[in-house]
Amino acid sequence: MTTEAIGWWGVPLGILGGTLRGSAPFLFVSLGECLTEKSGKINLGLEGTLLTGAMMAYAVSYTTGSAWVGVIAAGLAGMVLGGIHGWLCQQPRVNDVAVGIAMIIFGSGIAFFFGKPFIQPQAPQLPSIELGGWTGIPSVQSALEICPLFLVGVAIAPLMNWFFRSTRWGLYVRAVGDSPDAARAMGLSIFKVRMLSIILGSFLAGIGGAYLSLYYPGVWNERISSGQGLMAVALVIFARWNPIQCLYASLLFGGAQAIGPALQSVGVDSYYYLWNASPYILTLAIMIVTCSPKRTLSNAPGALGTDH
Amino acid sequence: MLSILINWLMITRHNWPRTLEGILIPLGAVLVALLIFGLFCATMGANPLAVYGSIYKAAFGNWSSFQNTLIRASPLMLSALCTAIPARLGLVIIGNEGALVMGGLGAISIGLTLAAAPPLVSQIGMALAGMLAGGLWIMIVGALRHYRAVNETISSLLMNYIAIAILNHLVNGPMRDPSSLNKPSTFPIPDVNMLGSLPGTRIHYGLIYGLIACAIAYFLIQRTTFGFAARTVGGNIRAARLAGLPVGKLTLIICFLAGSCAGLAGMVEVAAIHGRANESLNANYGYGGILVAFIARQNPLAAAVISILLGGILTSGGILQRVHSLPDATVLLFQGLVFLVVLYSESLYGKFAIFQEKEKSDTSSPAIAV
Repeated sequence: MTTEAIGWWGVPLGILGGTLRGSAPFLFVSLGECLTEKSGKINLGLEGTLLTGAMMAYAVSYTTGSAWVGVIAAGLAGMVLGGIHGWLCQQPRVNDVAVGIAMIIFGSGIAFFFGKPFIQPQAPQLPSIELGGWTGIPSVQSALEICPLFLVGVAIAPLMNWFFRSTRWGLYVRAVGDSPDAARAMGLSIFKVRMLSIILGSFLAGIGGAYLSLYYPGVWNERISSGQGLMAVALVIFARWNPIQCLYASLLFGGAQAIGPALQSVGVDSYYYLWNASPYILTLAIMIVTCSPKRTLSNAPGALGTDH
Repeated sequence: MLSILINWLMITRHNWPRTLEGILIPLGAVLVALLIFGLFCATMGANPLAVYGSIYKAAFGNWSSFQNTLIRASPLMLSALCTAIPARLGLVIIGNEGALVMGGLGAISIGLTLAAAPPLVSQIGMALAGMLAGGLWIMIVGALRHYRAVNETISSLLMNYIAIAILNHLVNGPMRDPSSLNKPSTFPIPDVNMLGSLPGTRIHYGLIYGLIACAIAYFLIQRTTFGFAARTVGGNIRAARLAGLPVGKLTLIICFLAGSCAGLAGMVEVAAIHGRANESLNANYGYGGILVAFIARQNPLAAAVISILLGGILTSGGILQRVHSLPDATVLLFQGLVFLVVLYSESLYGKFAIFQEKEKSDTSSPAIAV
């Protein structure tokens, strides 16, 4: 009824609310992928990590009764998958993109296999922070509810930027990703630096999964992810391997994802399914515009996707 | 004729140890994956030997179950070619699912337009439309790669989702049959226009399409100048450019062929199984096809064999659930496991001394024309 009361204002409001709620998974996977790619490897399998994280968070939250323990468990589950990816993609002649495809299948398999018993029960959810207390309109209030976990993600973005720019370990990661030979001359173990970057990146992606099952949409089933993990790689290209820009990109994608439901809420549902594809179309359009056959992308890690 | 054969034998001196390595390493990888899977089942409380037995029985146990396996193998073969053919150009394309969906949509559009036409005309029309739709879909990926340097793996992945959105839009809106309530679908094509079965079986003609497509793809890649040019581009794109090969044209043609195979898989699903287009088109034959292509090491003939094996594993999902109370995702987990172990096995080539040809003086004499 409230949507009728505010009429067409429901569309921008719905998009705003959807952005605040829906961009966190994009944010976590893109930050995870950013860290991974800075070290020179691609992890295309974050969709599997996201699903496993979502399942793990829901299951642990249900059994322990604490949603925050579930979030940590999701991160740890992500680290295990990241460990498999990190080890396998650094074997000779093994292609990291192919390993990523395999990890999508394997991760979804793990998530659906162990998640079967948890489809029915209701697990404790993460709390939300009300930012809309100043207004009396309920639909504005509900649009301005946000999850503390989203704020954690927003805080990680500048932190990771600082890490890359100003810390010794950040320099190590960049060195391994830009010029493995120079890194080796510095006495670094390329294997270890990449392994750690991939594992920590997968930790973040696992947390992104926890957000899905414990906050928004806040259930566990096999269709819970709408491909946020798949888009991580494209998001990072769009964000030019910069954590701060990952944040902006995630907000943009969260907003794009919210267009369909927002239009549906005011009764426009003739192109509902096509609007739902808008994040993918947006990604593709951005890649068509930003890529060029004549030059490599600026800021791309030098050794990205090469065998080393 | 004879001279060609002798020439062939003399020029391509076969490297048997290498061939054996190429067969035994993937085979070993699948066996190791089976072993890990068995251990996994054991920890889940199921008897591994009984699970293996059930999979075998469900897949190849008797003629009826083997027919089910072959029915599932045909879209897998066609979908695998969508990854295997461009791999020769050095492209990793995983848009199989999207091309399959677009092919299915192309096929149903023509199938409904030509509903009154003679069955053969309608079927040929559906097949061509499916191939055209799937082919153009993947050709977009190739064009983006060539003209805009857009990574083909990511663009093809995104286009899967776009294709599925188009399918959902059409079957829920413009093409919806109002009588399909629970599962929104298009209007069905008339029964007489459906692809028939091979005489005396339940296996539809799609299997023949798949086998022929694999054979043609193998011949095209391995035995023609076109295939040689494609493999040259895949081996060293700079050298290929210097040699004057039309890299762009090759990319577009190869991508079109690859997509048309997956599109044909969509046509087979529509015209032989469902009779209409709906969300069942999106039945993970796309991801299965990627797995097949990688296990087959991008060889189209091997892909045909692997498709039958994987088709068997896919059919066993139901029995694992009923007899061993394992969730239906067990099959997915197993596929992921096989994929990972097979990828690991890539690093083992050249590590076993027995597969290496012994150092010996080159005894091959110049080819003699008879």
